[in-house]
Amino acid sequence: MARSDTSTRRRLRGRAAERRPEHLTERRAKPPIIELRHATKIFPGGHVALERVSLRVDRGEFVFLVGPTGCGKSTLIKMLIRELAPTEGEVLIAGRDIATISNKKIPQLRRRIGTVFQDFKLLDSRNVYDNVAYALQVIGASRSEIRSKVPDALRLVGLGDKINNFPDQLSGGEQQRLSIARAFVNHPPLLLADEPTGNLDPETSIGIMQLLYRINRTGTTVLVVTHDREMVDKMRRRVIGLADGRVVRDQSAGMYSDDENTTEFGLRLRDEMGLEE
Amino acid sequence: MSRVIFFIGEGLRALRRGAAPSLAAIVTVAITILLLGVLIPILQTTGGKANEVRDQVDVRVFLYDDATQSETDTLETNIQQIPHVESVDYVSKQQALQNLRDRLDDPALVDQLPGHRNPLPASFEIQPDDIDNLGTITSALQPPGQNGDPEPISPAIEEVLDSRDDATAIASVSSTVKIFMLVIAALLITASLLLVGNTIRLSIYARRTEVEVMRLVGATNWFIRWPFMVEGLVCGLIGGMVAIGALLLGKVTIVDPLADSITLLSAQKTTTIAFPALMLILLAAATVVSALGSGFTLRRFLKV
Ligand SMILES: Nc1ncnc2c1ncn2[C@@H]1O[C@H](COP(=O)(O)OP(=O)(O)OP(=O)(O)O)[C@@H](O)[C@H]1O
Ligand SMILES: [Mg+2]
Repeated sequence: MARSDTSTRRRLRGRAAERRPEHLTERRAKPPIIELRHATKIFPGGHVALERVSLRVDRGEFVFLVGPTGCGKSTLIKMLIRELAPTEGEVLIAGRDIATISNKKIPQLRRRIGTVFQDFKLLDSRNVYDNVAYALQVIGASRSEIRSKVPDALRLVGLGDKINNFPDQLSGGEQQRLSIARAFVNHPPLLLADEPTGNLDPETSIGIMQLLYRINRTGTTVLVVTHDREMVDKMRRRVIGLADGRVVRDQSAGMYSDDENTTEFGLRLRDEMGLEE
Repeated sequence: MSRVIFFIGEGLRALRRGAAPSLAAIVTVAITILLLGVLIPILQTTGGKANEVRDQVDVRVFLYDDATQSETDTLETNIQQIPHVESVDYVSKQQALQNLRDRLDDPALVDQLPGHRNPLPASFEIQPDDIDNLGTITSALQPPGQNGDPEPISPAIEEVLDSRDDATAIASVSSTVKIFMLVIAALLITASLLLVGNTIRLSIYARRTEVEVMRLVGATNWFIRWPFMVEGLVCGLIGGMVAIGALLLGKVTIVDPLADSITLLSAQKTTTIAFPALMLILLAAATVVSALGSGFTLRRFLKV
């Protein structure tokens, strides 16, 4: 496969920033699935984790959120599921200011957002299977639905043979993948992944990115927090850069064809990262 | 229905895995119920003794020997109409003598009375409904006359005696005992509630991160709460049954054989709630308290 040199790629990327991909323009009528309006988060003690952050993510997008450690990426993710409330400004999900949702209705918001937590947040008293099943049990899924979906999800993240292990019997990378399986098992329209490949080797990381890409192609909006600059560069998706709690970069990366299928996508990533298949 | 089964299964999960916090809860419930099961009957018995003493206090109306039958009958009717009178007993001269004979170590003494005459008067024994109304009854029997001295309501009355001085002493002692017992019982129950509540709190605190995770992946509060309440209920039930088993064993092997020889223990039979009823109440309390306690304590961790 022929690869263009860096300078042309940069040029193309710049142009694409003005012209959004067509399938996104079509859906413009619907409110963006994520919208932050001057959202500020000041922690007790006065630390400003996010400062007047405004951004919008449309349905179906695949977005990276990058930035140095401590710049407020996880804080932003937590605000999207109302684990934290903004000190000022608004956070809207599918057009609705989530501060106005009653405590009782919050579970319904969270069921529609799959979240991969940076610290995994697994249920320690449950084995691998039951951890994933829990995400389906909360939405009232039937036993047969659970029996068919859970093993599939676990296979996709490569944990098909660890079904009976408890979280403390898993490696860091396995716990991370378990957390990913739980996040997407009920096909949420929005998937937030806070450093989903932080504990994984390059090959497994690509596998996970490929999985996220595939999930995105089924219509799910995916927001991925990562430190992995190389991966971000290679994947050529929209990148939002945070630094010191502020948005310092928001580029819709160019030169990616939207109809690149998952296999092609995986091949290209491996190729560009210099990995053998 | 499948929900109910799910919640029960979830509730038993911690117990199945033999989690230390729920075992601690079971042990605490068992010890608490054991304590209550031993101490409540003791408190009740002591209170019952004080009551018994109160019941022995009465007013006596002694009659002239020459009182006619109709005077006596009228007087009895009049006494019955005095407020706060619970019962009136007529004790004839013969009966009084017989009572005396029964009380003496040497009944033959009675027969040696001078002239073989019966010196004892006939009398009415009046039981007040409450020890505190003794004075009212006495003054109703002999209201103040024109010169202010007590004037008996019937010519048949020779003398009215009440054990008022004794009565006031007994009344104040027995009500002190009662208040004391109530305070002890209240302290005991408060201590039990705090103890069980605290154990539940620890047991849930140990799993608070798990509860928060459940919230974050979209579980509703009740979805999280039900299993905890089932767990609390089962812990209460197991703990309560262990304690009641021990109490029954103690009752059958230790208390019952002694009951005949120790009056304090036998008094319990008449003055307290029946043992099985007490056990049922304790079991129900253990179950309800630990189930509600779990549900209530959880509240703090459901704020995420
Ligand atoms: N609960 C809190 N109380 C006070 N300060 C906090 C709290 N949580 C986070 N912070 C601070 O807010 C800042 C942003 O934290 P955040 O977790 O969002 O960083 P991050 O971008 O996710 O970093 P990393 O890449 O290391 O995960 C950090 O400086 C952190 O110390
Ligand atoms: Mg973080």
